[in-house]
Amino acid sequence: MAERRFQKRSVFLLAYLVFALLPIYWMVNMSFKTNEEILASFSLWPQHFTWANYRTIFTDASWYSGYVNSLVYVGINTVISLTVALPAAYAFSRYSFLGDKHVFFWLLTNRMTPPAVFLLPFFQLYTTVGLMDTHLAVALAHLVFNVPLAVWILEGFMSGIPREIDETAYIDGYSFPRFFLTIFLPLIKAGVGVAAFFCFMFSWVELLLARTLTSVNAKPIVATMTRTVSASGMDWATLAAAGTLTIVPGAIVIWFVRHYIAKGFAMGRV
Amino acid sequence: MKPVNQKAWWLVLPVFLCVAFSAVLPLMTVVNYSVQDIISPERRVFVGTEWFAQVMRDEELHAALLRQIGFSLAVLLVEIPLGIALALAMPATGWRSSAVLVVVALSLLIPWNVVGTIWQIFGRADIGLMGHALQQLGIDYSYTGDAHHAWLTVLLMDVWHWTPLVALLAYAGLRSIPDAYYQAARIDGASKLAVFRYIQLPKMRGVLMIAVLLRFMDSFMIYTEPFVLTGGGPGNATTFLSQYLTQKAVGQFDLGPAAAFSLIYFLIILLLCFILYNWMQRVGSADATEAGHG
Repeated sequence: MAERRFQKRSVFLLAYLVFALLPIYWMVNMSFKTNEEILASFSLWPQHFTWANYRTIFTDASWYSGYVNSLVYVGINTVISLTVALPAAYAFSRYSFLGDKHVFFWLLTNRMTPPAVFLLPFFQLYTTVGLMDTHLAVALAHLVFNVPLAVWILEGFMSGIPREIDETAYIDGYSFPRFFLTIFLPLIKAGVGVAAFFCFMFSWVELLLARTLTSVNAKPIVATMTRTVSASGMDWATLAAAGTLTIVPGAIVIWFVRHYIAKGFAMGRV
Repeated sequence: MKPVNQKAWWLVLPVFLCVAFSAVLPLMTVVNYSVQDIISPERRVFVGTEWFAQVMRDEELHAALLRQIGFSLAVLLVEIPLGIALALAMPATGWRSSAVLVVVALSLLIPWNVVGTIWQIFGRADIGLMGHALQQLGIDYSYTGDAHHAWLTVLLMDVWHWTPLVALLAYAGLRSIPDAYYQAARIDGASKLAVFRYIQLPKMRGVLMIAVLLRFMDSFMIYTEPFVLTGGGPGNATTFLSQYLTQKAVGQFDLGPAAAFSLIYFLIILLLCFILYNWMQRVGSADATEAGHG
């Protein structure tokens, strides 16, 4: 009975993994073909295997600088998000204060603004403060949806740590910063890893804000890719190669945090 | 009970400032637009609630809103159970759990316009795997010609793209359950279903709440993926709210009405999230009291 149940689970899991990988396989498949081959006929694997599309990306500065720009603002964003979210999450998990529940929910409402019309005020705001076309502009704009999520996730992890640990440390004469950095932070390492992954992910894949706030110097890869659409038709092959490469940094990040996710978190408050 | 300490506000302040800078200022600007008729950058007239009244009467918007609610409901009904099932099926330890985690997370890491492009090709009958396979099975599949096919393709794309988010969160929730709970259940001779209903589900409540809220609000604002895949068509079968709003804001350059539309849109999401949030909390606390009695 247990055996059969186990098998049913495995079959389901395997079926899902195939479903998850097929569209990605199709993109990778296309990235090793020429445009002519992609459009000419249906084939399960490249008939005339070529590295040309990848070579284009790695040798053309306007292509590979897109990856660098994206990595820079995603990095800045992740660091700022975690730095401001950590103390706030601690406050929410340990104390009650005026308006705490409302602020906690309000944070999440900042993820709910439909982008289309908000792009223009963002453009005006960042032009006014002189940050247009800088990595910092995109990093700051992405805080709107990453900080709330980081606070929610970290608060969940922190609430799982008993308060006695804090109290003992204060009695032992630890100051708050010293306690936080040397005792508390190592305890919620897993939470920091998971929150960092989500911040990285949402900032990496966002297109509209990143495109609006940059033009040349900080142009992200997601915006660079849109130029494969031209009057002469789509450059599917290069787009597929560029798309395949966008998965790589995220896959590396998830590889580093996989143990933290596997350790589990339950979320205290919600 | 948590001690009351108003000084905790100092710890929240950086978050407050960061988010306020990038969220409250643009929001105020949109409020400002929504009550004015902007004829040119120098000439603008205060029109009060006129745009709001106009937007509320817009028949096309009602249609887009209904389509949107239908889509978001479908997304939740498919992705939440599927994500939970997937989390339950994922191996808990060993190299296989690492490998599965990475593969499952892959679709989340693809930029949204690329997701649309992948599916655009993937679904084409002449050169795409899915389109070709369906054609071979004798289904006259075309996401550009048939409204139902287009809608289902957008839904399938969203399920492919976002179920992993639910699965990762649910998986993390499951892994936090101490072994002692399962041992106690085994001693009681509890069935698999009972273990799920009375141990796993309550323990996942927190992460599922996040999953439901995130999936709801993100699917309600879905824009890039269907824009690339179907462009809202055929007809307007896959023109969801965001798409319609963008047509108004960019296409016709009606900044005032578009701003009013944005605010109403925002309030709808806020209201629905608030209802979901409170409902899930009530269900959760009812569960807790039940468990306390039992």
